[in-house]
Amino acid sequence: MALTEIAEDRARTQTRVRWELLRNLIRKDLKVKYQGSALGFLWSLANPLLLLVVYTFVFQLVLRSGIPAFGFYLLSGLLVWNAFAGAVGAATGAVVGNAGLVKKVRFPLVVLPLTPVGFTAVHFLLQLLVLVVVMLATGYTHLLSPHLLLAVPALGVAMLFTVALCFLVSALNVRYRDTQHIVEIALMAGFWINPIVYSVALVREHLHGGWLYDLYYLNPMAGVVTAMQSALYGQNPTLPGGQGALADPGYLFYLERLGIGGLISGALLLLGMRVYARLSADFAEEL
Amino acid sequence: MDRSIAIRADGVSKRFAVHTRKATSLKERLVARRHADERPFYALTDVTLAIEAGHTVGLIGANGSGKSTLLKVLAGILRPTTGTVDARGRIASLLELGAGFNGELSGRENVYLNASLLGLTRRETDRLFDSIVDFAELGESIDNPVKHYSSGMYVRLGFAVAVHVDPDILLVDEVLAVGDEAFARKCLGQISQFQTEGRTILFVSHALDLVETICDRGVVLDHGSVIYDGDPAYATGTLRGLLGTDRNPADDAGTPGLTIGGITVAGEAGEPARDEFVGGDPMAVRIVLDVREDVVGSCHELAAVVMGAGGLPVWVMRVTPDGGLPRLPGRWTVDFVTECPPVHGGFRIAVRVADAAGTTIGAAQGGQTFWVRTGKQGGLVDVPFQVKAEGVEW
Ligand SMILES: Nc1ncnc2c1ncn2[C@@H]1O[C@H](COP(=O)(O)OP(=O)(O)O)[C@@H](O)[C@H]1O
Ligand SMILES: [Mg+2]
Repeated sequence: MALTEIAEDRARTQTRVRWELLRNLIRKDLKVKYQGSALGFLWSLANPLLLLVVYTFVFQLVLRSGIPAFGFYLLSGLLVWNAFAGAVGAATGAVVGNAGLVKKVRFPLVVLPLTPVGFTAVHFLLQLLVLVVVMLATGYTHLLSPHLLLAVPALGVAMLFTVALCFLVSALNVRYRDTQHIVEIALMAGFWINPIVYSVALVREHLHGGWLYDLYYLNPMAGVVTAMQSALYGQNPTLPGGQGALADPGYLFYLERLGIGGLISGALLLLGMRVYARLSADFAEEL
Repeated sequence: MDRSIAIRADGVSKRFAVHTRKATSLKERLVARRHADERPFYALTDVTLAIEAGHTVGLIGANGSGKSTLLKVLAGILRPTTGTVDARGRIASLLELGAGFNGELSGRENVYLNASLLGLTRRETDRLFDSIVDFAELGESIDNPVKHYSSGMYVRLGFAVAVHVDPDILLVDEVLAVGDEAFARKCLGQISQFQTEGRTILFVSHALDLVETICDRGVVLDHGSVIYDGDPAYATGTLRGLLGTDRNPADDAGTPGLTIGGITVAGEAGEPARDEFVGGDPMAVRIVLDVREDVVGSCHELAAVVMGAGGLPVWVMRVTPDGGLPRLPGRWTVDFVTECPPVHGGFRIAVRVADAAGTTIGAAQGGQTFWVRTGKQGGLVDVPFQVKAEGVEW
């Protein structure tokens, strides 16, 4: 073999080793989580179900949001938000929580913040599957339209944004332990800022649809959540205020917002990876 | 880098920021920056070390001298503050056995996880798996959760995975101290197999005898600097001198009227101490002692015992009053003038004063270690020999 071939071969092996390591770590977390629990993965449905019950009660019966099939509307945006928040929250402690390993073993540190992303992605996909099955089983067919395809770019942007933030927060938390508290509060705020339990129509109304509304959409998750609602919830009922529940009846609006969200996430990812690479050289020392 | 060098540290220093209080929150950081309550602390200062491929080097030093830090820098876990590290080949570092094991998972699952952390692919691990389990002597227990393992099983499994990574360079940090004797023997067996396979080993141990027997080189760290690098027997001698373990306080207890004040090894009587000799060099051992009137009569023999590694007496020099030992009280200076014999190693001197019945009435050990280099074979003495070897076909 020529030298360059050997080098390429080695690089390929190294890349494969990293992916395998990531897979093994995700599998480990799943195993540890569900070991000895009889219901196993079913428990991961418990949290969205509980939220479903509570928010349906509050928003449908008490506040009378007027969104029909509110449960499906809620879950369309909630599942992806939960996955995002779960991954970022877990990534905050991903390096700090593995101090013993980081200080004693040399291994590719990039896998640490990616492990919670994979872990929550597995849960998200299963929850999504359950949601779709339940929708179809109950005869809710609004999702069977070309709008469903919006889920693909939406989940792509969600992934990009999640990974970017995971790199950032996991690295920053090593040096500044305040990060975990900031992240906790920011995620809590994010849940209410994004139109998950209410319709984005309320935001548009309050911001008069102008440049403030555009500013609102600089948050990539707003684009993701509303696109997922268009994809899964799929209908655009008229609310008591006279507005449609969805952000827009078409596609272009979402693609545009997702494009902007994707660019922002991409830039953030570059930043996150740089910060991570810079700070990770000193993890073993600072932990 | 020179082809024969497996791993090299060049002018490596490592500074740790020591926070008087561990400042890890943002506010404390900002405050700390302003008040500069960080004082830098160098765990390593300007360490230069090149280890040839196939060599076994013992790294020794007092607690906190920077051994683990140096291993971590060489392993690439810590980044040196200044200087560079170069390595040729795959490094396995055994800083802690079973680091990264998860108690909830079975031994089998942990083997795969640990192996992939150390850079093995699944296919490679499949191939090595049986051998790993054999080495760890786990048998059926490999499918039990690791949290139920005894500490012996745990460290055996950790060691088994690490050595199966097929390293070119093995960095070992005091892990031999954790297991039982059988485990230590097993590890040593593995290390000697690595030696015959021509792998490079750098290992930290508090067992100085072990360093003398298995290493071809000893490096002594003191407060982050290399203070000796060379013959392992000299290295352990240096460290013993540093730690004061070559001065046994129990030996100093003697008769109140007899104080052995100084033991000096020099080239000529009365010259300043000298540490290095070659067989055949003139050598003078000076012993200074204070003798009070009431014990003068009992001083019947003074002996200087030259001891090698592990306290082995190599030669003994004696004097009695008939041979010239003073008979009057006061300060005595006794010089043994000799020619350094053709031995090899690091030596110390113990002095003993006995009465006519042979009972010890005073004893002391010298703090000075001196080294003699003679011969090429590396043993205590160089014995001429002839070789006759033949191969038998089978
Ligand atoms: N991460 C760290 N931060 C601050 N000081 C450290 C750190 N790691 C080691 N030290 C200090 O560096 C010195 C050398 O430690 P170490 O290399 O563990 O010594 P040894 O292994 O020889 O006992 C010690 O004084 C130790 O307290
Ligand atoms: Mg140590």
